[in-house]
Amino acid sequence: MRARRWGGAMAVLALLATWTPVRAQTLVADLSSHLIAITTGFTGTDVVLFGAIDQPGDVAVVIEGPETSQTVRRKDRMAGIWINNETLKFSHVPGFYGVASNKPLDALLPPAVAQRHEIGLDHVRMLPRADVDAATVTEFRAALIRNKQREGLYGTEVGEVVFLGQRLFRTSISFPANVPIGLYTVSVYLIRDQDVVGAQTTPLAVSKIGFSADIFDFAQHNGLVYGLLGVLLAVGAGWLAGSVFRKG
Amino acid sequence: MQIYLPIAEMSVNVFWVLGLGAMVGFLSGLFGVGGGFLMTPLLIFIGVPPAVAVGTQANQLVGAGVSGVMYHWRKRNVDVKLGLVMQAGGIVGTVLGVMLFGMLQRLGHIDLVISLSYVIFLGGISGLMLMESVRALFRGRRKGATRGKLHHHTWLHGLPFKMRFPRSRLYISVLLPVGIGFIGGVLVAIMGIGGGFLLVPAMIYILGMPTTLVAGTSLLQIILTTAVAAVLQAATNHTVDILLAMMLLIGGVLGAQLGSRASGYLKGEQARALLALTVLGVAVKLAVDLVLTPDDLYSITTTAGPK
Repeated sequence: MRARRWGGAMAVLALLATWTPVRAQTLVADLSSHLIAITTGFTGTDVVLFGAIDQPGDVAVVIEGPETSQTVRRKDRMAGIWINNETLKFSHVPGFYGVASNKPLDALLPPAVAQRHEIGLDHVRMLPRADVDAATVTEFRAALIRNKQREGLYGTEVGEVVFLGQRLFRTSISFPANVPIGLYTVSVYLIRDQDVVGAQTTPLAVSKIGFSADIFDFAQHNGLVYGLLGVLLAVGAGWLAGSVFRKG
Repeated sequence: MQIYLPIAEMSVNVFWVLGLGAMVGFLSGLFGVGGGFLMTPLLIFIGVPPAVAVGTQANQLVGAGVSGVMYHWRKRNVDVKLGLVMQAGGIVGTVLGVMLFGMLQRLGHIDLVISLSYVIFLGGISGLMLMESVRALFRGRRKGATRGKLHHHTWLHGLPFKMRFPRSRLYISVLLPVGIGFIGGVLVAIMGIGGGFLLVPAMIYILGMPTTLVAGTSLLQIILTTAVAAVLQAATNHTVDILLAMMLLIGGVLGAQLGSRASGYLKGEQARALLALTVLGVAVKLAVDLVLTPDDLYSITTTAGPK
């Protein structure tokens, strides 16, 4: 189990070693860490992204978590109580989404360009799995984003990219305790004259490490043994408490 | 102090969870019920996914049950034979319940079914119990008064496969305890509760058991049913968080010991009236939530990929 996890970490490192920026001469950026380790004491973390551009321009940063499928359900009132009724499934939904820029997004890019690069919550790609009218899709899509924001997994506002002088920039990305595990991509875009002129993508791995990871792996791969062990632990604890109190 | 729960995938305050366990444990010891009917909604309320709350709760109830039974065992207040017969129905109910849980989860109605079951079962039973115990309190029945008046002969006593339960001084059809156990098993799997709030009155009113034996015997049945449920949930749905269960247990067993002790100071009717009021409170809260317009009509579920 441990070997597989370290294998994952090694894969990230290998990816880092071979990865080359799209247009290296225009934009360079890196993260303070490429691995978020979810340990027993994990309560969320911040990762700092810093970089430099070699010509004047604006910067937008997009963080996307591993792809998921999401089922959105709407409640309707039936016989006085609220019951899940209409359902729409979306695939290719990022499990985490955040965006940051040094200027308001609509001032930087026209919607078509923002759409292409999925810059901004309005432009996150999510594919509805049923043939329904556009109004319904819009409605359910908004609900999906709203729910993700409530879980803290989609940013409620655009983060701030701060420039230090003309060329250096930095931004901070916050990850809550319930951050989904998997491989993330952090995309940095250099924007000039309402268009993307440079881009760079950096991987970021979120992985469970240590005791909590061992428990998770064990529960996933040996569910029956895990369940039996849990019951034994519970019986032991109950018995211990019963005995201690008898003497006391 | 914060700790990350590996299965629930969230960070919680250790002392908060310990306190939660102790509070619910105290009530469970006091009334001879598992306390799951309070714990499961509370866990969901603090953000634990409902499926994980139900699975974990089954595990923690095993431990709470063991220490509770040990207390009643020393007082010789456990009818082992009756408990085991109930358990036969309990195992079948649990297996069916875990399957039903998975089916409802896929259909997206599990939350509604959990809430509705709580409202119907908790509301109905606590209402009946409250009426009965209030009447008893007003009548001022003294300790040691015979319970003969309660024991009416109905069609239930005409059922076949009669068996003697000497400890409880009963001669009843096996179908009754098996049936009660079966319903208890279904409830463990679907609602994450031991079902004590249902078993206790059913054992008193339907089986006609002596009140002193009810708490210990229902706890014995709860241990076995919840153990089966915990193993099944862990094996099929991966929804048992051992870390969370252990924290709830540590708080819970301590609370349960104190509660069991405190139960000695309560008369049967008083204990029943208090339990009925607590249960009724939870049911009313859930009923209101079902009827009130939710803050957001939409909800989401991750159906594929990392949670």
